[in-house]
Amino acid sequence: MNILCFSISHQTANVEVRERFAVADSALLASLAKLSEMRDVSEGVVLSTCNRTEFYIVTENAQLAMEPFVRDFYGVMPVSDLAPLVRFSSSHTVRHLFRVAAGLESMVLGETEIFGQVKRAYEAAMRSGATGKILNKLFQRAFQVGKQVRSTTGITRGSVSVGSVAVDLAQQIFGDLQGCKIMILGAGETSEKTARCFHGCGAKQLFVSNRSFERAAALAASMGGRAIRFDEWESEFHDLDILVSSTAAPHAVVTAAKLEPILRMRRDRPLFLIDLAIPRDVEPEVHNLEGAYVYDLDALQLIAQRALEERHKEAEASANLIEKHVREFQSWLRGSGLSPIPSAVMEFPRL
Amino acid sequence: MLADLVNIVYQWPDRIWIEAGLICFLLGFGYSIHSLVTGKHLTSRLTFGLICLGFLFETIFLFARGHQIGRCPITNFSELLVFMSWSMVLIYLVIGSTYRLSLIGAFTAPVAVVMLILAHVVPAGEPAHSQLAVNPWLEVHTSFSIVACGAFALACVAGAMYLFQERQLKTRHPGSIFFRLPPISALTVANSRLLWLGFTLFTIGNATGFLTGMDIDWKKVSWAILVWCLYGGILVARVRHAMAGKWIAALSIVAFSLLLGTFWGIRFIAEKPSL
Repeated sequence: MNILCFSISHQTANVEVRERFAVADSALLASLAKLSEMRDVSEGVVLSTCNRTEFYIVTENAQLAMEPFVRDFYGVMPVSDLAPLVRFSSSHTVRHLFRVAAGLESMVLGETEIFGQVKRAYEAAMRSGATGKILNKLFQRAFQVGKQVRSTTGITRGSVSVGSVAVDLAQQIFGDLQGCKIMILGAGETSEKTARCFHGCGAKQLFVSNRSFERAAALAASMGGRAIRFDEWESEFHDLDILVSSTAAPHAVVTAAKLEPILRMRRDRPLFLIDLAIPRDVEPEVHNLEGAYVYDLDALQLIAQRALEERHKEAEASANLIEKHVREFQSWLRGSGLSPIPSAVMEFPRL
Repeated sequence: MLADLVNIVYQWPDRIWIEAGLICFLLGFGYSIHSLVTGKHLTSRLTFGLICLGFLFETIFLFARGHQIGRCPITNFSELLVFMSWSMVLIYLVIGSTYRLSLIGAFTAPVAVVMLILAHVVPAGEPAHSQLAVNPWLEVHTSFSIVACGAFALACVAGAMYLFQERQLKTRHPGSIFFRLPPISALTVANSRLLWLGFTLFTIGNATGFLTGMDIDWKKVSWAILVWCLYGGILVARVRHAMAGKWIAALSIVAFSLLLGTFWGIRFIAEKPSL
């Protein structure tokens, strides 16, 4: 028996190509049925996310090639589309799956969403009867590896996007964000992403103010917040905890002189100002005021960058851990009499 | 059953329990620091468990000593330090688990370690003469004053953590430790509540001191009033919002350092054994 993986991912193909290989959730069961019916395939799992589509299969045909497999599955495809496909076999398949489950192959190193996606892909395959002894064992081990890598290394440590860094900082200032009043000033793309991060982390009291009131109203409605007219935002300021600002104003809209009396009234309550605008919306002197913490785009990006560097350092420790599990899985495979036939282990994309 | 336990406890010299507690607090502190520095996952239950165990050993020591002398075991400097450490850890166990402040344990443990090392190295002192009559007001006065010191010690710990967090936020270079410590708002609340708790207990302790029927030592009374005024002033500043959070935090540290470091402060409690 041989374990193979045919993979196309963000590492080998752009989104335009990847979307042609994607298997929609609604088509997953039909795809698994199709996979089970394919000649040479005795077990199979289909993993399809926005960044990768992968087929994990067990076959007796060690020479099973990508092109006939893909054509059997998808029908006729242009040759150029097949170029970014990668074929893993033997221990490389095992290693690849373990790395995918641990987030080492993700676009954002160490992200954890992929773990759930692998789990859902496996459960769907198992329920439809597409898996057997080998893939069951392989995926169970992959989940074990993913959990171990996350809990024993720092691969998931820190936030690596501006929005999530802003949320982390806010949580270190206020604790629970549920009771925090957050104003989004300027409904641009970056501030919208940041606002959604806050909303996703439990923030309930969101206010959106924008020069275009319709845009503010639409964004506020999508997050259960309230829109405020742009000429009225200052009247809400005294009661705020967090300001996410990204207006197109050519000068600072929040100044130390304006803020000082407001901060005095706030007493012990800190104020967190996230300035995502260029030129900056918040005067730099505001950061020197007691109880005010101003983080601009550079400051947030620097924190995200440092976290990413830390994750890269941890990737080596994670790889060592994975190697240990690959060896253990291979020895289980040999012991079970299902040892794969050695073959050319990997084919790289012909880009 | 209790008698059997007491017999087991009595089989060993009671100072062994101080050593056992010291080891637990050292392990808890070492593990927390290792986790914070290396960024490895901190099993807060382990730190909490070690501190609980250390607290248990301190309790056994105080129980054994108290049973031996027939009164509250605050009769010499060594006992005083153990009692103060025990009070601080007790308040941590109650307060620390209420808020998201389990990591206060990492900062409480070293203070407990210092107190127990001092308790271990100073001469044990002779246990009190049990034939003398017990003065209940003196015991209430002493124990309340020491438990108040435990609350002030924790307020100092929360203050130190607040200053660390505030500094990290202001420099805009928060390290990994920053994200593992409690939020600055929770530290403000904890510091404030601990100051109030300590102040209330200290007030009761001072008031009952006048009911002991003993001669008043005005030097000691002056010291007590000075400490009371200092903490009272901090609380007034807190209530009236006359000072920024970082100054309140800094004053919590200064006041506790003064409390510990003042010779009269220690003598005030230590020289009034419950004899």
